[in-house]
Amino acid sequence: MTIEEIEKDIIEEFDLFDDWMDKYAYLIDLGKNVNPDGLDIQKPEFLVNGCNSNVWIISRIKDNKLYFVTDSDALIPKGIAALIVRLYSGQTAKDILEHDPVFVEKIGLEQHLSPNRASGLASMLNKIKSFAKIHN
Amino acid sequence: MDLDKIRNEFPALTQKVNGHDLIYFDNAATTLKPISVIESISDYYKTVNSNVHRAGHYLSSQATNAYESARKTVRDFIGAHSHEEIIFTKGTTESMNLIATILDNSILKDSDSIILTTMEHHSNIVPWLSLKEKKNLDIKIVDINSKGELDLNEFESLFSNKTKVLSIAHSSNVLGTINPIKKIIEIAKKHGVITIIDGAQGIVHDKVNVEELDCDFYCFSGHKIYGPMGIGVLYGRKELLDSLGVYQTGGGMIKNVSFESVEYNVVPYKYEAGTPNVAGAIGLEAAITYMKNIGFDKIVEYENELLDYANKKINEIEGIEIYGTSIKKDPIISFNIKGIHHSDIAMILDKFGIAVRNGSHCTQPLMKKLGIKGNIRISFVFYNTKKEIDVFIEKLIFAINMLK
Repeated sequence: MTIEEIEKDIIEEFDLFDDWMDKYAYLIDLGKNVNPDGLDIQKPEFLVNGCNSNVWIISRIKDNKLYFVTDSDALIPKGIAALIVRLYSGQTAKDILEHDPVFVEKIGLEQHLSPNRASGLASMLNKIKSFAKIHN
Repeated sequence: MDLDKIRNEFPALTQKVNGHDLIYFDNAATTLKPISVIESISDYYKTVNSNVHRAGHYLSSQATNAYESARKTVRDFIGAHSHEEIIFTKGTTESMNLIATILDNSILKDSDSIILTTMEHHSNIVPWLSLKEKKNLDIKIVDINSKGELDLNEFESLFSNKTKVLSIAHSSNVLGTINPIKKIIEIAKKHGVITIIDGAQGIVHDKVNVEELDCDFYCFSGHKIYGPMGIGVLYGRKELLDSLGVYQTGGGMIKNVSFESVEYNVVPYKYEAGTPNVAGAIGLEAAITYMKNIGFDKIVEYENELLDYANKKINEIEGIEIYGTSIKKDPIISFNIKGIHHSDIAMILDKFGIAVRNGSHCTQPLMKKLGIKGNIRISFVFYNTKKEIDVFIEKLIFAINMLK
């Protein structure tokens, strides 16, 4: 699937929820599956930290595609990180670089990406883009 | 105390956040302002706004009078001897930087020692760290016990003949602990040490009399005590300030300038370079007057009631861990819920219009001592209510169930 198709899916999934409580509950659920192989990534070298909560991400390239695994010590950022990974993992560097993620705003969670929110998610996106730039 | 009347005097309290009535529990970060403070600032800009101490015309002399009247109000508020000892700054952080700079220039020698505590805010740590490198300062730390109180058992052993400064919070912005500063200052003075009190939190909930405390410096911020942002106070003992060098230089703090030499102004003007925050000083005066009119003692009594009420309710919650359990505390409760990240709880509370602070609260050494990365802090003042605490507890339980 293309990044755009995945993003459309995400927005549609969240559209099914009327209120923020259901959205957050779904997000929290998504976060629970964020690191299915249980990789030990909560290490300083993978840290994209914020002041409030930490996000970790590892990046790999294989057959011209970029793969990411993420984790966070807080549940809500973990869910959003999971969505970002769903969007970009398995895509080419070029596609990642050309894409501007709008889904966070569309699902009403844009405050989590603001730099001063210090949740590490904005930095996580930057890290993904930087990694893509190196491998473009 | 007429709580409804008081709440009606704070315009920001009428806001709805995410469809809910605002419950503002982040007062230790900054307080909301009564309309009298807001109007004093806009009135200033509508009328006598003018540069102070510099011109002879009517507006300027009115503005100067207002600015100096504010200085005198602050003097009386903290029981200082003279208005010359009241310096207006941007806030506590600037005050601490000012003190550190002038002491560095005039008093601190290589390998001198200073005493801080584990519970200090970064604004009373980082200015000293900058000097640590330069002058190889030996920083001694007073630690805390399990209740979050200063452990003063070995306190006197921290002093040596190289100890020049003791700088300590009046009360902790995280633990709420009110430190026995009078006693501590007494001991420090016996050793001939300069005493600095970070009163950012202390000024809000405790009656301060700097003469009784006998400290050399006391600083606080206007915005934490219902005044505007951008104004703060540094109280400094006159004889000490007279003997110390300058901080920021420029206009307003000089008597005579040529390209060859400069003669500095007297205190407090010596430390007020540039155009001051006149509106800020006027706003701070209005805030102090507002508190005085309600009655500082009444305010403190009510805030203690709120603290007791909140403590009782919050301690019933399963998995609660409270940081700072001293008997006598400022109305601040910092806590975590076992197994749940503080930022998740804060985000959900925010959805219900409840403003709390989560994180390390600019006290990373304290967080390290407590063995945590951060926590949630609620802090009350006299416009908060027991009903707000009830709603907070209800939503906290909801958040915990969502995140378990």
